[in-house]
Amino acid sequence: MQIIQPHYHGIARTTQDYERMAMSGVVAVAEPAFWAGFDRKYPETFLDYFRQISEFEPTRAAQYGIRHFCWVAVNPKEAENPPLSREVLRHMPEFFQKPTVLGVGEIGFHKTTRNEEEIFEAQIELALEHNQLILIHTPHLQDKVRGTKRTLEVLAHLRVDPQRVWIDHVEEHTIRAPLDAGYWVGFTLYPITKCSPKRAVDMLEKYGTERILVNSSADWGPSDPFTLQECIREFRRRQHTLQETLEVFHNNPCRFLGQCPKFDIQPIRVEAA
Amino acid sequence: MLTPAEVLNACFLETRCQLLEIGAMLDRLDRAVAPGAATKRPADERLAKIYQSLALLADRETTPDRAERLLNLFSDPA
Repeated sequence: MQIIQPHYHGIARTTQDYERMAMSGVVAVAEPAFWAGFDRKYPETFLDYFRQISEFEPTRAAQYGIRHFCWVAVNPKEAENPPLSREVLRHMPEFFQKPTVLGVGEIGFHKTTRNEEEIFEAQIELALEHNQLILIHTPHLQDKVRGTKRTLEVLAHLRVDPQRVWIDHVEEHTIRAPLDAGYWVGFTLYPITKCSPKRAVDMLEKYGTERILVNSSADWGPSDPFTLQECIREFRRRQHTLQETLEVFHNNPCRFLGQCPKFDIQPIRVEAA
Repeated sequence: MLTPAEVLNACFLETRCQLLEIGAMLDRLDRAVAPGAATKRPADERLAKIYQSLALLADRETTPDRAERLLNLFSDPA
């Protein structure tokens, strides 16, 4: 089965991941810009990072036939430093011209501070000005409810098209409001701290499959890109058809990411409608 | 031996995750009950043991042999 991994931090992973993902059916990944595990001191460090994910990483994935796309942004944690963030933002439009950059992400809240909110709004404005898709991170663990609520309040005051915004890392207690407001949402499958494959399938069964993306994230922390395949196996084990599985794990990423013309992978239909 | 704080630091997130999985499984079971069924849940001894286990775990004023008692609860009579 063909799979798209819509949120994947390839720079934190070995090349063997790409090889094994290719063997398991992954045809494309999309890599948001994120926190490197330490706070960077210089804007130029971000710009080299953006070069890495928009120029080098696609060549690494291509060795295994995987298409690699990416997003650029100042992540929520480092947005706590507005002067540094604004200097990075000044250069981001240069990267919007790259052939594999899909939009601005991941942005949003980490601790839901005033500084984070200032840079969150600035990045949304930048995305709107340049007609970019938007990918929003929501906080981990006990901060998630407050951060998600504030995210929706901020978005409501800006002239965003909800269809072009993906709010990621939702769980059972934060899924309803973004879906009701018309946004896309994402489930991030992590071994301990986010959503499990079984719980993700529970939510797909409860809320339906429209405007939902499932991803493994997979970064430098305890994470596993193959939780996505584990979720697919669980979805199939519960007797959902191959076409239904494709709709969630291949076609929905095509529908959301395909709003950027650079993402040219088309939805697949294997069963008669 | 770890201090109480060290035990919590090491195990809190993992335990939170395990509790979520239990909650989600019970939700899944409830949703699986056909609409209009006479009983909310199947009369299954395994389910009864799951709820007995949760009651056992909810008792804070008890002895530190919960794992042993859980295993005995899930065992056939000797």
